Amino acid sequence: MVYLAAAYAVLWAVSFGLVISMVLRQRQLRAELDALRLMLDDEPGTDR
Amino acid sequence: MTQKRNTPLLVLTVLSGLLLLVALYLALLGAPSANLQSETGRYAQRIIYFHIATAWVGFLAFFVTFVGGVGYLRTQRRTWDIVALASAEIGTVFMLGVLVSGSIWAKPAWGVWWVWDERLTISLIQFLVYLGYLMLRSTVEDPARRARFAAVYGIVAFISVPINFIAIRLWRTQHPLMFGTEEGGLAPGMMFAFFFCLITFTIWYVALMWHRIRLEQLRDDVAALKERVLG
Repeated sequence: MVYLAAAYAVLWAVSFGLVISMVLRQRQLRAELDALRLMLDDEPGTDR
Repeated sequence: MTQKRNTPLLVLTVLSGLLLLVALYLALLGAPSANLQSETGRYAQRIIYFHIATAWVGFLAFFVTFVGGVGYLRTQRRTWDIVALASAEIGTVFMLGVLVSGSIWAKPAWGVWWVWDERLTISLIQFLVYLGYLMLRSTVEDPARRARFAAVYGIVAFISVPINFIAIRLWRTQHPLMFGTEEGGLAPGMMFAFFFCLITFTIWYVALMWHRIRLEQLRDDVAALKERVLG
C-alpha cells in the first residue's frame, strides 16, 4: 500500500510540478510584458 | 499580441482534469486486483496503470519532437521549433515520472529499487538524452542556430524510442512484457482501466502541449517588444 501511494504521489507531483512551473513562467512573462508596455507608453512620441 | 482567454483550451484542461480523476479511481479501486499471492504485490501492480500511460506520453512527446525537428529543418518556421521544444519538455518530465514510479514498483516486485537491466538502463539514458536536448537549447544564444541544432538533436534522439520499446522483446530483461505473451500481461477485466488511462493521458498531453505552446508564444511576444523598446 505504501509503494502504491508513493508511486501515485510521485506521478501527481511530477505532473503538478510541470503545471506550476508553466504558471509561474507565464506570470513572470506577463509581468515583463506589462512593464515593457508601460515603458513604450512613457516614451515621448509613442502613439499606442 | 496579447493572448486572449481561450475557451476550447479551458474546456480541454477541465475535461482532462476530470478524466484524470476517473482514471485514478479506476487504477486504484475500479480495476480488478491482480492474481498475486502477496497483498503488497497486488497493491503494487496497480502502479502500472499510470506508469505505462506516463511512458506512452513520454514516447508520444518524443515522437512529436522528432516531427517538429523535421518540420523545422524543412520549413525553418519557428512554429515547428516551438512544437518540438514544448513536446520535449513535457516528454522529459513524464520520463522522470516513469523512472521514479517504475523504481517504486520494482522494490516490492523485485526486492530492489533499481537493476541495470536493458530496459531500465535505456530508459535512464533516454531521459538523460532529452535532458541534454533542453540543456543544449539553453546554451545556444542565436535563435536560428538553436532551432537548427535542436531539430537535428531531436531527430537523432528519437532513435532511443524504438530501441526502448523493443528492448524487452530483444533482450531477456527483468521488465515484464504487458502484451504479446501468454504468461503475465493484463487480464481482460484490467484492459478497460488500462486503455482509459492511456486515452486520458493522451488528452492531458494535448492540453499541456497547448499551454506550453502558448507560453512560448508569449515569450516571443516579450522578446519582440523588448527589441522594440531597446532597439
